[in-house]
Amino acid sequence: MKFQTQLEFPQFKGEALTQLPDDLFIPPEALEIYLEDFSGPMDVLLYLIQKRDINILDLDISEITDQYIQYIELMDALKIELAADYLVMAATLAQIKSRMLIPQSEEEEEEQDPRSELIKRLQEYQRYKTASESISNLPRIDRDLFLATTALPKFKEPEASINITPQELATIFHEVTTRPKFSSHHEIHFEELSTQDRIALILSILSKRNVIQFFQTYQKKEGKQGVVVALLASLDLAKDGHLELIQNKDSNQLYLKSTNRGVH
Amino acid sequence: MTDLQNLPNIVESILFGAGRPMRLSEMKTLMGSQNIEVDLPSIKVALNSLEEKYADSSIEIKEVASGFRMQVRESYGDFLYPLWNDTSSRLSKALMETVSIIAYKQPVTRGDIEDIRGVTVSTQIIRSLLDREWIKVTGYRDVPGRPALYETTKNFLNDLNLKSINDLPALPEALPAGDTLDQLEAS
Repeated sequence: MKFQTQLEFPQFKGEALTQLPDDLFIPPEALEIYLEDFSGPMDVLLYLIQKRDINILDLDISEITDQYIQYIELMDALKIELAADYLVMAATLAQIKSRMLIPQSEEEEEEQDPRSELIKRLQEYQRYKTASESISNLPRIDRDLFLATTALPKFKEPEASINITPQELATIFHEVTTRPKFSSHHEIHFEELSTQDRIALILSILSKRNVIQFFQTYQKKEGKQGVVVALLASLDLAKDGHLELIQNKDSNQLYLKSTNRGVH
Repeated sequence: MTDLQNLPNIVESILFGAGRPMRLSEMKTLMGSQNIEVDLPSIKVALNSLEEKYADSSIEIKEVASGFRMQVRESYGDFLYPLWNDTSSRLSKALMETVSIIAYKQPVTRGDIEDIRGVTVSTQIIRSLLDREWIKVTGYRDVPGRPALYETTKNFLNDLNLKSINDLPALPEALPAGDTLDQLEAS
């Protein structure tokens, strides 16, 4: 930018404006080229700011909002699918714009500039955008670099093609629609042996005899379920301190010993 | 074959045939299985002699994150590019921004990425990065929803011809928050 101090020129932010900025209005055709290339609303904003060659900190919310909305309308007109995020940004801009218009009262003087949050985000985004451009320019395998190798590249398996005649399709459809219903209602089977009952049973046995062996707490005919219920009941009682589970090192017999507590 | 004079040739054959980066220890194991006992420094010396051998050729030995590999030098890549020119080598800006944020800030969640980019990170981008094995899920952040935490992989560095994450271009410095506000007030 040229800095000339001639009286005739209007002042803009303390600097003489020597000529009309070329890009005061960005013609829609100019934007069109970039439309598909923006990675998001932040990218659009940065583009609009850089196009005007202004510092992010000098962000003119009113102008940028107008340009941004113009851009969105253009995208809409071209039937390009607009991510909701673009509309969120439009709303954010409009909100900042309206806050800038409200005269600040004395109490609010300490309050932050309404733009500061957006400017911070733009600066942060710009850091990563710049870095990602540097990374994109790094030599990349299969674009700039290629392996020198005798190893065979990974071939994709050809997708199996489906060969089917309309007759076959009709037959299959008929078969599917007339297939007997294999699904059935799920029936809930109530447990035949209850842990609660077994607890009561063990307690009553232990009230008569101080020590019993574990196998005495179930009957053979009860099968696996009986063992499980007896074990659950024993563990439950041991947890509550009604009995001790004892097993000698040299035998695999499990003993239930009453602690004489809570047994009536 | 057990003649150690052969070592550069053996290393060359391994790199040429492997088609992926090979660690010194991997090469040692392969040779060990043929009863050739060599130490790692000797393999490194053999690699150096190969580098000299290729000095004036289109091929180079390059150390990347997952080991050493043999590759066509970048200056000759242009001749091969048309052969490989498919859509897979063209990556969108959105994808590159996403993987860059993961690379510099890892581990990050999708939410972290969205906070910076100001736009939803599409599932397609994440899937594409996972498919390329450029990123991986390394855990879940202990917040409601338990979002996945992403990190970049060694393969990401391999594909960018880098040995370590520290070799990435430096992230531009953030302006101190205070400065931003001061400038705003001054303006």
